[in-house]
Amino acid sequence: MPAARTGRRAARGAWFGAALAALITAVALSVIVGANPLHPGAVLDTVFGGGSAESRFVVWEQRIPRTAAGLAVGAALGVAGALMQAFTRNPLADPGLLGVNAGAAFVVAVGITFFGVTSPLGYVWLACAGALLLTVAVYAIGSAGGRAAGPVRLTVTGVAIGAVFAGLTTGLTLTHPDAFDRMRGWSAGSLLERGVDVVLPVLPLVLVGLALALWAAPGLNSIALGADVARSQGVSVRRIQLVTLAAVTLLAGSATAVAGPLVFVGLVVPHVVRWTLGTDQRRIVLGSMVLGAVLVLAADVLGRIAVLPSEMPVGVVTAFVGAPVLIILVRRRSATAL
Amino acid sequence: MSTAALDVGRRRIVVGIRGLTVVVGLRSALVGSVMLLVTVLLALLALALGDFPLTPAEVVGVVTGRVDGLPRIVVLEWRLPRAVAAVLFGAALAVAGAIFQTITRNPLASPDIIGLANGSFTGMLIALLVLGGSWPLLTAGSLIGGLAAAVLIYLLAYRGGLHGFRFIVVGIAISAMLASVNTWMLLRAELETALFASAWGAGTLNSVTAATAVPAGLCILLLLALVPLVTPAVRQLDLGDDAASATGVAVGRTRLAAVALAVCLVSVVTAVAGPIAFVALAAPQITRRLTGTPGIPFVTTGIVGGALLLGSDLIAQHVIPLTVPVGVVTVVLGGSYLVWLLIHESRRRA
Repeated sequence: MPAARTGRRAARGAWFGAALAALITAVALSVIVGANPLHPGAVLDTVFGGGSAESRFVVWEQRIPRTAAGLAVGAALGVAGALMQAFTRNPLADPGLLGVNAGAAFVVAVGITFFGVTSPLGYVWLACAGALLLTVAVYAIGSAGGRAAGPVRLTVTGVAIGAVFAGLTTGLTLTHPDAFDRMRGWSAGSLLERGVDVVLPVLPLVLVGLALALWAAPGLNSIALGADVARSQGVSVRRIQLVTLAAVTLLAGSATAVAGPLVFVGLVVPHVVRWTLGTDQRRIVLGSMVLGAVLVLAADVLGRIAVLPSEMPVGVVTAFVGAPVLIILVRRRSATAL
Repeated sequence: MSTAALDVGRRRIVVGIRGLTVVVGLRSALVGSVMLLVTVLLALLALALGDFPLTPAEVVGVVTGRVDGLPRIVVLEWRLPRAVAAVLFGAALAVAGAIFQTITRNPLASPDIIGLANGSFTGMLIALLVLGGSWPLLTAGSLIGGLAAAVLIYLLAYRGGLHGFRFIVVGIAISAMLASVNTWMLLRAELETALFASAWGAGTLNSVTAATAVPAGLCILLLLALVPLVTPAVRQLDLGDDAASATGVAVGRTRLAAVALAVCLVSVVTAVAGPIAFVALAAPQITRRLTGTPGIPFVTTGIVGGALLLGSDLIAQHVIPLTVPVGVVTVVLGGSYLVWLLIHESRRRA
């Protein structure tokens, strides 16, 4: 029915329009709002080249890099979660399922405990290395014996290996109070003091990951109909799965490297998008990209002003922003499983 | 004409008397027996090892009532409560996990997803940080916190029936919020207090005494005795809601009863020992791989869970030089074993 189709298309257009408007608002607020009380006019002036030395420092050195970090992290986690749920066909799947978070946390904890690493930039490289290491391990064990790693098998492997390393991390930090003190900050998930030096090296990884995700999305649509149907449509199932896993690793790894483990974003955003936009993976990936960024930025802005003069880490706030939305939607809609 | 053996499925034995019979898979029974033997051996070790080491002969002597004096006090009053608690707690967690994974048909499901672990940790943190907790207060806090979280999730997920998927999603949401609260409270707490709380949050048997182990153990035995009442219906739920109701199962009521049972099992354990991670998740998966059954055999799972927790506690107490909570060992041990099983499984099939 052409009329219905036009209607649906218009609804989707409105959805993306609203999401983009929310994103722009979130970006603007993230630049304007902060512990340092600058007048919005002054901020605007500074953005376009004016402003005092102090306002230039606050806006250009602190808020804009931090906003960029929030955008990158949110988009990356949203998409990584969407891919993970599509790949495993499990609504409980989050971007950390392949061991990304556990690996990152373990290597960061080792770095803090034994090598005295204390800067966000140091954490970035440790977290990247850990995420990559453990994902490869999970995939290798998941596909041991020369068979392609099926989603269920990979899920259980990821959970098992992730748990082992999470346990090692807990054991390590509980026996080293200094490391515990730093790790409780890192593992809460925060965008504080994420400057250009932290964001810039990770940005290419995120962009490559997003590109891979968009490339794999049509193939994931076919795989959703079953591997046999996908093959008959000319889709190489193995290749799509590999590309998907590579994208998840890049996206979740770099997001965790920048901000620490923010598991909830990747878990909630794809559900919300699926219930409001439908089951086409291409739209889910795009929508998750935008909504993920909105969620992280909104949570970060709220965290800055919730407990003045101190700051609530973004990882603590995301659940309070995202969870009520999730509950309302799952109660209201005839929410689809996957 | 070749007489090919008629394939009647897996070998099973029928146990029972007139009308009251149980069909047991042969391999499940075998795995269960072996695991039971392992548990007994581990328990002997647990009773023998410690600052006052005893020989296995002395332990057996005490248990059979032939040895008296100090060894008797050491074994019966110091070590037995902890060992028995480890076995029963492990079994309780494992059976609860088996119930959850069967009714949600999801290998990732465990009582943790309905906020029990995070809820009881929140309750305990409030008791510790706000009310300046003594042990009874911490126990009450964790019990109330866990149950309150479960009830809240149930109420929010209930809408003309308890839909499995909605239940899981609401569970994720509330769990995440509680986890955030916990993170925040730990960030604000003094380092010493935060360390203590985190150790409890990982799950530990250090505070188990006869005074806590006996009532908790009795509760668990009572609850475990109720499990066979729901098992047949829960098995049908594993086929999916529609098929289950077609075979005459009251889907909603069964699910509620099973979830309530699992929640009570986990709550009792958590109140005494903190949220011991991973037994509920790993024990059913390990058992399923050992027995090779399509579903999760509940009794065997309980035995495996008991052995897993007892073994982990032995390692936490006697092998690792530093004091780490048993929950940490459980995760590493259970996880490694699961990984090994997965590798082994693929080798065998390849």
